[in-house]
Amino acid sequence: MFNLHYRLERKTIGLVLGIIVVAAIGGAVEIIPLFTIHQTVEEAPGMRVYTPLEIAGRNIYIREGCYACHSQMIRTLRDEVERYGPYSLAVESKYDHPMLWGSKRTGPDIARMGNKYSDEWHVRHLNNPRDVVPESVMPHYSWLGRTELRHDDLGVHLAALRKVGVPYTDDMIANAKSDAYGQASPDTPFAEGVTKRYGADTNVRAFDGKPGVLTEMDAMVAYLQILGKLTDAAHKHAAGG
Amino acid sequence: MVAQLTKNERQVALLILLAISLWGIAMAVAGRGDPLGVHGAIVLLAGLGGIFAVISGYYAPEPDDSRLDRYFDDPSRAGIVLAMVWVVAGLFVGDWIAWQLVNPNLTFDAAWSSFGRLRPVHTSGVIFGFGGNALIATSFYVLQRTSRARLPDQLTPWFVLLGYNLFCVLAATGYLMGVTQSKEYAEPEWYTDLWLDVVWITYFVLYLRTLARRKEPHIYVSNWYYMAFILVVAMLHIVNSLAIPVSLGHAKSYSAFSGVQDAMTQWWYGHNAVAFFLTAGFLGMMYYYLPVRAGRPIFSYRLSIISFWGITFMYMWAGSHHLHYTALPHWVQTLGVTFSVMLLVPSWASAGNALLTLNGAWHKVRDDATLRFMMVAAVFYGIVTFEGSFMAIRPVNALSHYTDWTVGHVHVGALGWVAMITFGAIYASVPWLWKRQRMYSPRLVEVHFWLALAGTVIYVFAMWNSGIIQGLMWRTYNESGTLAYSFVDTLIAMRPYYIARAIGGLLFLIGALVAAYNIWMTIRTADQPADERVGDRPVVPALTGVSAPQPAE
Repeated sequence: MFNLHYRLERKTIGLVLGIIVVAAIGGAVEIIPLFTIHQTVEEAPGMRVYTPLEIAGRNIYIREGCYACHSQMIRTLRDEVERYGPYSLAVESKYDHPMLWGSKRTGPDIARMGNKYSDEWHVRHLNNPRDVVPESVMPHYSWLGRTELRHDDLGVHLAALRKVGVPYTDDMIANAKSDAYGQASPDTPFAEGVTKRYGADTNVRAFDGKPGVLTEMDAMVAYLQILGKLTDAAHKHAAGG
Repeated sequence: MVAQLTKNERQVALLILLAISLWGIAMAVAGRGDPLGVHGAIVLLAGLGGIFAVISGYYAPEPDDSRLDRYFDDPSRAGIVLAMVWVVAGLFVGDWIAWQLVNPNLTFDAAWSSFGRLRPVHTSGVIFGFGGNALIATSFYVLQRTSRARLPDQLTPWFVLLGYNLFCVLAATGYLMGVTQSKEYAEPEWYTDLWLDVVWITYFVLYLRTLARRKEPHIYVSNWYYMAFILVVAMLHIVNSLAIPVSLGHAKSYSAFSGVQDAMTQWWYGHNAVAFFLTAGFLGMMYYYLPVRAGRPIFSYRLSIISFWGITFMYMWAGSHHLHYTALPHWVQTLGVTFSVMLLVPSWASAGNALLTLNGAWHKVRDDATLRFMMVAAVFYGIVTFEGSFMAIRPVNALSHYTDWTVGHVHVGALGWVAMITFGAIYASVPWLWKRQRMYSPRLVEVHFWLALAGTVIYVFAMWNSGIIQGLMWRTYNESGTLAYSFVDTLIAMRPYYIARAIGGLLFLIGALVAAYNIWMTIRTADQPADERVGDRPVVPALTGVSAPQPAE
């Protein structure tokens, strides 16, 4: 074996090929089957996609690096299930490009944050976390409520997401801009299209408490309120269904 | 810099810089109203700055053929200076955000200064800015010496070094603007990734071209590691960063993968960024600088072979240990644990090989802080790989995951191993590169050593404590069978450790400042010039220059 190596280390290309082959095996064995083995991702009929406003909120969540301190992955451990709710299923993040499972909980897990607190709580908390949780070390995000949301290009965003596999319809892509506005403006004609396209259970309200102007706060709160709510598969799973 | 380029190289450089400027203009125009436009402007400025520099030196006399009789070390010198700039910046940001966790008001009323945006500036600044520049600088140095061949031309090494730093600048400024893929340690967006791919492939080809010119029959073990570092990082980076941009006018892209497949791909990348950037690259560094500084040959050739191939093979399976008890299928988690535990063998083979090399030179370790940096690095390498295998075991991971224990573990490796071996290599290289007898102040090297060691120990003890305490509090039940502590209770318990961590980080930062001063003064103070190292010249077949065959050129 060492004699073989004695010869191999005199050949640049031999070493290069050796490194490539030896290094490629582990990833190939662990990653490729995840795409081919059917049971990897559970079935969840009726799971909906994110609305354009929720996608915009998710992009703000990514932009601000929230994932550095909040996980969205409840492990199959008793204390986690009791603290945060039913453990996370793979299907729940199947439309998440990229996933935001996280690796550190400087703050709590938020995989099941949706509908846990009111919109007002979220707005106050994002404006200054210490107003509602005095011991919090989270940064404040008060500029979200002052910044208008760029939503003219959300159709292009949905189209890009369709290219990577999220089942957005032509209708959803064409109406992305007005749906984003409508979801935060309940008393306007644009609101109706949101529930028509994304389901009657979709949250349609002035998330930041200020109807009329579409802010980044609207998008962020809309996203936080849908976390864990795209499908009820995890609850059914927990109930043995 | 330009004076060393031949006429032909100056022309090629102008063409490359022109292409970079055009790329900048294209991004600036297409990305108006988007952070992409700002990056276009930065790229354009870099291109124009380069054009200005080349034109100002364009008519300088060409270098003569006597240059071929010496190694080409200017990119290594520049790389070490750049590494020191990045380490000071990266450590400063890291310590700043450490204090933000003590007092969240240590921020401005602006998005760029919040924890979430600064954290990747810290991680990329130290890993890619400091570590990457140090790896490029030392790899050029080591590659030439161990091959006894000069780099094949003057332009390519500069392109690799400066192009890589353009990547680092785009990455860091992007995070401040909120441009991120959110993939840890792979945050830069698609256009920055594509640029890195260009630079990286050029780096690899430069490596092959130099090896093709080598006058030593065998490729030295350092170069196996440097090659594995370059090759595998390219493979990981390209696969993990596959994404569809929203449009050519948007900085934002959407990952090609989602959910569980994305998680596995990300941690296959993430763990092997540790393996092939932060381990293989720096082992390459260690295999050259430690034996040379100690004046002892490597203890065991066979151990080197076993550990090299063991690391290259087994690390690639270990990424799934970042996803224990998650929605990742159980069989992948089990493979991850298995290989993580087995990894201890090649890891300790490397650490042991390094420490046994010091047999017969321990008196030098006692007296020479530079060698002591390398020795302590090898010890920390042994500690961190043991800890890593331990934390990969599922029940241990149940406690440690999501807590500061992970942060502590990372810093055992980053501060104790990567930074220590790098400082050792830099302190060894600087007098060689600038032809000095020794560093400006050996006493300041000693001061730096103790600051770095104290900072590391304080940091990791604080994080071990906070991580284990928080992990235990999360799972503590009271007598009635309900959870005993709210999340906020555990957060309050963290505070003293967060203060200690920030102090440890501050000590480490002060140490790096001392190093920067010492290096700067060594470069500036020319009153103790030294002869070059004995035999520090490439083997040149024929000094007639023009007629000599130049393979791979």
